[in-house]
Amino acid sequence: MSTPVETVVDSHHLGPLAQIPPGEGRAFGVGGQQVAVFHLRSGAVYAVSAVCPHKGGPIADGQIDGSIVLCPLHMNAFELATGCSTTGQEPLTSWAVEIDQTGEILISPKG
Amino acid sequence: MTMLDDEPLADLTALLDPDHGNTRRKLVVIGNGMAGARTVEEVLARGGAEQFAITMFGDEPYGNYNRIMLSHVLSGEEADAEIFLNSLPWYIENNISLHAGVRATRIDRFAKLIFSDDGQVTPYDVLIIATGSRSFMPSIEGLRTDDGELLPGVFAFRTIDDTRGMINYASHDEHSRAVVIGGGLLGLEAARGLQAYGLQVDVVHAGGHLMNAQIGPAGGEILRKSVEALGIEVHTKARTTAIMGEDKVRGVFLLDHPLLECDMVVVAAGIRPNIDLAVTSGFTVERAIVVDDQMRTMDDPDVYAVGECVQHRGEVYGLVAPLWEQAVVLADQITGNDMGAAYHGSRTATKLKVAGVDVASMGLQGPEKDTDEHIVFSEPRRGVYKSLVIRDEKLIGATMLGDTSKVAFLMQAFDRGLPLPEERLEMLFNLGTPAEEVGVAELADDAQVCNCNGVSKGALVACVEGGTKSVAGVMDKTRAGKGCGSCKTMVCQIVEWAAGGAVVVDPSANWYVPGVPRDKPELMAAIMAQGLKSVSSVFAALAPDGAEDAKSKMGLASLLKMMWADEYIDEKDARFINDRVHANIQKDGTFSVVPQMKGGVTTPAQLRKIADVAEKWEVPMVKLTGGQRIDLLGIRKEDLPGVWADLGMPSGYAYGKSFRTVKTCVGSEFCRFGVGDSTALGIKIESRFQGLESPAKIKMAVTGCPRNCAESLCKDVGVVAVDGGRWEIYIGGAAGAHIRKGDLLATVDDPDMVVTLSGRFMQYYRENAKWLERTYAFVPRVGADFLREVIVEDSLGIAAELDERMQASVDTYKDPWQEGATPATPGQFRTSLPLEVLPQVPVR
Repeated sequence: MSTPVETVVDSHHLGPLAQIPPGEGRAFGVGGQQVAVFHLRSGAVYAVSAVCPHKGGPIADGQIDGSIVLCPLHMNAFELATGCSTTGQEPLTSWAVEIDQTGEILISPKG
Repeated sequence: MTMLDDEPLADLTALLDPDHGNTRRKLVVIGNGMAGARTVEEVLARGGAEQFAITMFGDEPYGNYNRIMLSHVLSGEEADAEIFLNSLPWYIENNISLHAGVRATRIDRFAKLIFSDDGQVTPYDVLIIATGSRSFMPSIEGLRTDDGELLPGVFAFRTIDDTRGMINYASHDEHSRAVVIGGGLLGLEAARGLQAYGLQVDVVHAGGHLMNAQIGPAGGEILRKSVEALGIEVHTKARTTAIMGEDKVRGVFLLDHPLLECDMVVVAAGIRPNIDLAVTSGFTVERAIVVDDQMRTMDDPDVYAVGECVQHRGEVYGLVAPLWEQAVVLADQITGNDMGAAYHGSRTATKLKVAGVDVASMGLQGPEKDTDEHIVFSEPRRGVYKSLVIRDEKLIGATMLGDTSKVAFLMQAFDRGLPLPEERLEMLFNLGTPAEEVGVAELADDAQVCNCNGVSKGALVACVEGGTKSVAGVMDKTRAGKGCGSCKTMVCQIVEWAAGGAVVVDPSANWYVPGVPRDKPELMAAIMAQGLKSVSSVFAALAPDGAEDAKSKMGLASLLKMMWADEYIDEKDARFINDRVHANIQKDGTFSVVPQMKGGVTTPAQLRKIADVAEKWEVPMVKLTGGQRIDLLGIRKEDLPGVWADLGMPSGYAYGKSFRTVKTCVGSEFCRFGVGDSTALGIKIESRFQGLESPAKIKMAVTGCPRNCAESLCKDVGVVAVDGGRWEIYIGGAAGAHIRKGDLLATVDDPDMVVTLSGRFMQYYRENAKWLERTYAFVPRVGADFLREVIVEDSLGIAAELDERMQASVDTYKDPWQEGATPATPGQFRTSLPLEVLPQVPVR
C-alpha cells in the first residue's frame, strides 16, 4: 500500500500559562502520559516527560535554569529543550510547546 | 592497548612511515619508552602534528609500555598485553614514523643527522633524546659467559623481554631457588614476583638495610621483618663475589658466607642512565645528559633530552612523576605553546606496594638539623613504621611502612607546603577527622567509592583517562560525590592519582556555588555592595552572561536569607522542592512530615493528634526519627496543607539545610544521675534557633550528665551538663557519614551563656562555612583553637555583631507550615506525578 498515512497533529491544550509561576514547573496528565511543563524566567516554555528515567523522580518538582532541569531525587540533569541528559541517563521525551494569543499552553509530540 | 605482536617490527617500519607533506619541521625522538612517548603525546596535545613530522626510534621492538607495571606482569597480576600505553595503531593514527627495534648509534649535530644500526641516516630539525636507563650489572665473576652474554639463568629486570625470560625460566619444574641481587624497590618486587612460581627466594643486598635509597635504618629493619614474614630470606651487607655455574647458574658466592645454591639470579642492583649515544655525539654529560630548565641540552639549542637519561640541576630522577612534569615543559617549549615554561625540579614522593608491603617515602629519611622535629611511631609486630621530619612548620620528609592511610595528605603537605596540624599525631593516624581509610592507589578497580551513586574507582579512572582531568568534571560525569558527599575527599584523591599530576586545577573549587565565580567572602561583599536581595538579581549582576544556574540556586537562597533576614526577596523557584513545600521528598515523590517536638518532649494530646492525623490521611508509615521526633511518611504533595492544618503543630524542619532539632536526655527532672536540666535547656535552644538557614544541617543535643545519653559529643553543637552546675559546649561533632568527636568550645556555668555561645558559633559558621560544609569539616578547617578565641574570647572583636545578626535572623522566624492555608504560589502543592497511583512505598 503506498497511500500516505495522514498525519494527525496531536495537540493538547493545558490551560493558562499563568498557572505556572516563572522559574517553576508543573505536571500535567496528557492523553495517558505525564508531562512536566516549565515556565522559565526568560518567558520561554518547555515541556518534557514528567518521570525521571533514572528512578522515577518527579521532574516537575526539579529546579531549572536557562537550559536544564535537575531531578529532585538524585540531581540528574536534563536539557529542557531536548530532554537529553547531561548526567548519563536515558533522555526525557521532549514536547513542542506553543503559547497561543490568549496565553494558553498547547503542547504536541515532536517529530 | 590490546595489540601486542610478538614479532619484531623492524620490517613494518616502511608501513609505519606515512607519506606526508614536507613543509613541517622534522621532530625526531630517540627513545620510545615512557618519557619519549609521553613527550610526543604532550606535543600532539599542543597541536604538534601541524608543526612537526614526527619520527621515533625505539630500541625494543614494540610500542610503548608502562615499565612500572612489569612487576605486576612478573607476579601474574597483569597480562603483558595489558601494560601497553601506546600500541602500534596509535603511532599509525598519529602519523608517527616508528622505527621499532632500531637503535640510534650516533648524532651528527652539525649536519643534523641520526645514524642508526640499520644503516639508515635520518635528518632532523628538532631532536629529543629520551634514551632512559638500563639495569646496572655489577662486575661479578661468572656473570657472563665467554662470549659476553649473561650466563643462562641470570636476568636483568628492566624490559618486557627480561620479564618474559624470568617467567619462562622460573616456570621450569627443576628450578626451585632464586637469588635476587639488590634489596631496593625493584629487587623486592622481583623477589615477591618469583615466589609466585613456587621458588624459594633470597635477597642479597649490599646496603645496611633494605630500600636504603628511600627509608632509614629503623624503617628498613621493620621492612626486613615484613619481607621475611613472606618467606623471603634477606641478607644485608652482603657482597656477591661470584656466580657459580658453567652452563647455567648453580649458585652464588657471598663474601663471608657459604655458597648459596640457586637456579636463577636476578640482578636488580639499580639503574644507570643510557648516555653512550650522547657521549659519543659530543654532548655535555655528567652523571647523565645535562639539561637546562627548558630541557635543552647544553650544547645545541635544537636538541633536548627528557626522562631518566637527563641530569637537571644536579638531580637524576628514576621515578615517573618528574618525567611527566619534564614532558609538559619540553612540549610547551618546542611547540611554542608556552615559551615561559620551565622545569624547576621535582619533589619526589613514592607510594608503592613493595612485595606486598605498603611503603611510602618522600624527602628526608631523618632529621638533619638540631631544630628539625622528628616524629616516629614504630610497631614492629604489625610491621608498621611511620616517621615524619618537620622543619619550620613544613613537612620535609616522611616514611610510612605497613600503613599508608595518611599518605595522600602527607604527599600534598610535602609537595605544596600545606599548614600542618598542631597535633602532629593527626598526621600519622586518622583520629576521626574526615579522611580516607585506604590509600587510593591500592584500592581495587571495582571498589565502590561513591556508595550513594555506586561509582567504582575503575569508573573514575576511566573518566580521567577519557580526558576529563578536573575533579568537578569527573564528579559531573560519573555522579560520584553527588549523593551524601562524604566520598568527595576520596574522589578528589583518585582523580589526582589517576591524572598522575596532570590534574586540571579547578578554579570553581573555591566558589561558593558553581554558577557564580566568587568565593564566599567575595560573593558576600558583592551582594552587600550592590544590595542584591534576590537570587535572580545575583545571577543577573554576578553570573557570567547573567546566566541562571540550577545547581547554584539553593546555596544562594540560603546565603541571601542569612544575610538579609526579613529584607530577603523570597523567590520560590530558587528553593529546592523540600524548601518549597516544607517537607522532605521521598523516592516515590511523596513527602515526609515531621512536626516540631522540641527537645523530643511530647504530650498525650500531641500524640493523640498525630495518631488521628495518621489515620485520617491513611499515612503509610509512622516512624520515630533519630532526632527524637515522629515522622509521617508517604504524604502526597497535594495533601500536605490538609495534614498540617489537622496537626496544628509547627514544622520540625526535618528537610532543610538548616537548624534541625535538639536531642535531649531527661536530665535532672527524673533521671537519678542528671546534674543539669537538659530538657529545659534543649527546648530553650530549639525555640530560639528553630528553622535557621545554614550552609548545611545543624543537629544539636543537650545531655544532663557525662553519661551522654543524648550523644552530645557527636553533634554539630552538643552540650553536656557537668557537676557543679556547669555546662560544656562541644562543636564540630558528627556520627553520620563521618564520625568525629566534637571539640570543646567552652565550659560555662550559666545556661543562658550556652545559648549565647552556641548562637554565636552558629552565626560564625553561617557566615564563613562553604555551602554544604558540615561543622565536622568546618571546625577542623578553621581550627578549634581559633574558634575558641573568636567565639569565647572575642579576639576579633566581632562577638557583638555576630550576636546581633543572629538575633535578626531569629526575629524573622515564621512557621512555614502556615503557607498551607494560603499557598505562596499558584499550584504550590499540586501533584507532580499526576497519573501515578501513590504512594508506592509498601504499606506496613
